[in-house]
Amino acid sequence: MTSPAQIPFVDYLILGDTPHLQVNECTNCGARFFDRRNACASCFGTDFTKARVSTTGVITSYSIPHTAKQPFVSAIVDCDGTPVRATIINVDPSPDQVEMGMAVKLATYSMGTDADGTEAIAFGFAPA
Amino acid sequence: MATDDIWIIGSNMTKFGKHLDKDALDLASAAAMAALGDADMTMADVGVLGMGNLMNSSAGMGQQLQKQIGQTGIPVFNVANACATGATALRVAVMAIKAGETDVGMAVGVEKLAGAGLLGQRKAGPPSETWEPSGRVGAIGPQEGRIGTGIMPGVFGQVGMEYGHKYGGTSFELFARISEKNHAHSTLNPLAAYQKRFTLDEIMSDVMVAYPNTRPMCSGNCDGAAAMIVVSDAKLRTLSLETQKRAVKIAASVLTSDPWQDGCQVLPDVNTLTKLAARQAYEQAGIGPEDLDLVELHDCFATAELVHYDNLGLCEEGGAVDFFESGAPWRDGSMPVNVSGGLQSKGHPIAATGIANIHEVVSHLRGEAGDRQIEGARVGLAHVIGLGSACGVHILEKAA
Repeated sequence: MTSPAQIPFVDYLILGDTPHLQVNECTNCGARFFDRRNACASCFGTDFTKARVSTTGVITSYSIPHTAKQPFVSAIVDCDGTPVRATIINVDPSPDQVEMGMAVKLATYSMGTDADGTEAIAFGFAPA
Repeated sequence: MATDDIWIIGSNMTKFGKHLDKDALDLASAAAMAALGDADMTMADVGVLGMGNLMNSSAGMGQQLQKQIGQTGIPVFNVANACATGATALRVAVMAIKAGETDVGMAVGVEKLAGAGLLGQRKAGPPSETWEPSGRVGAIGPQEGRIGTGIMPGVFGQVGMEYGHKYGGTSFELFARISEKNHAHSTLNPLAAYQKRFTLDEIMSDVMVAYPNTRPMCSGNCDGAAAMIVVSDAKLRTLSLETQKRAVKIAASVLTSDPWQDGCQVLPDVNTLTKLAARQAYEQAGIGPEDLDLVELHDCFATAELVHYDNLGLCEEGGAVDFFESGAPWRDGSMPVNVSGGLQSKGHPIAATGIANIHEVVSHLRGEAGDRQIEGARVGLAHVIGLGSACGVHILEKAA
C-alpha cells in the first residue's frame, strides 16, 4: 500500500514541501490569471508561463459574510503585487480581529479524505 | 430641422414590492401599457422592442409580452446583462432609432424576485464519493467560504472596504449613514417597496448579512416592472404639443463592460467601467457633473453607493467620504442622490431597475415627482451596474 495521495482544492494550489499558488502569466504583458487561459484579457497574447505567487501578503479589502453556517472572513490579499481572493483562517470572524493592511501568509489545511483515501488540501491566509 | 436627439415620451414603473396575484407578464404588461398611454401611442406605433428579464432570460419574454399586449411583427431583442439588463434594453431601442431602423422604440424590464433570497450563491451538489476536480480552476468543491466569497453583499462589502483602504475615512457607521439617507428619502416615494425610516442605531444593529452591510443596507429582492417609449426628434415634431412639452431628452446613453485592470478577475472592478461610462456620457451630453440636478445611482449595497460618488465624478477622486459628510447627497443637499430611496428601499427587481431609475429622473424633470420633487430639476443622471460587469449611464434633460 502506497502512502495516501493528496489533491489540492483548486489546481492553482501547488502542494509539496513549499505549498504555494501558481498563476498563468502572460509572457508579453505580465498579466496574471488563476484560471486556464485561451488568451490574455489585457494584451490578447496567447503565450503563458507558470509563475509562483508570493506566499505572504497584506489584506487590502475584506468582508465577513454571515450567510453560511459560520461567518468567515473573505479578503483580497495583495501578495507582492498579485491580488489573491482568499478566506482568512485562524482568526475570529469579527471586524475587531481583521485589519486593513494586516500581514498574512499562505497556510494549508486538510479537508479530509475520500473513499479512495485521497486527502484534499485547501488553502487560506493566516495572520503572519 | 430635425436633430439626432432621442426623446422619452412615455415612462412608467409599477409599484415595487410583493405582487402575489401578478406574474412577470402581468407586471410587464401593466408598465408597458401605461408607458404607451403616457406617450399617447399604441403598439401599432412601436417599431422595436427591447425586453429585459434576467431570471427567465431564455424564455422569449418579449414575444410573450407581445402576446399579451399586441403582436405586430416588429423585431424583439430579449436581453440579459445582470443588473444592467433594463438599461441594456433601453440601449437597444435607442440604437435602433439612431441606426434609422425605426422612429419609435419600447424598452421594458421586469422581474419577479420577492422571496428569492440571497443571489450569487450556488447550491452545492451532492458530495461525491471521491474528489472530482471541475470547472476552470479544477475545484473539488464549492468555493464559497473556502476561497473568500462570491455572494453579492460580500463582494460589494469588499468594494467599499477597498475604497476605504485606498483613501481612508470609511467605517461601518459611515456606510450605515448612507443607508440611513436612502431610507429617509424612501418615505416620500409611494412606489418604493419599503417606506420605513430607520435610525442609525436600527440600521447598525440589524441582522449582519456581510460586514459591513447589515440587512437594511442591502437592496431588497422584490417584484416590479418599468417601461419606456422613445422616439426620434423627427417623430417628436409630428406629435402633440402636450407630448413635446413633457418629452425628456436622452442627452447621453452609454453602456460599457469592464476593461482589463490588474486584479479585476479576483475582485470585480466596478469602478473602472463606471468611470469610463460616466466620462463618455458627460462628453456625449456636453455637460459636467456640476450641471446635474439629481442622480439615481446603483446602490445595490450601501458600500456601493460610496464608491460611485467618486466613479460618477460627483466629487474629486478619493473625496467620496467628504462628499457624503458635506450633506450633498441628501435631497436638500447640493447634489441629491437616490431621492427615490435607492435600491435599498425602493427595491431591486433586477431587470426593471435600469429603466425604473431613469423613470425616477424623468418624473423629476417633468415636474411630476409629487412629494419628492426636486424643485426646478432640469438635468439628471441614472446609473446601473451589473456584476460581471456591465454599466449603463443615461443623462436626461428637460425639454427646453
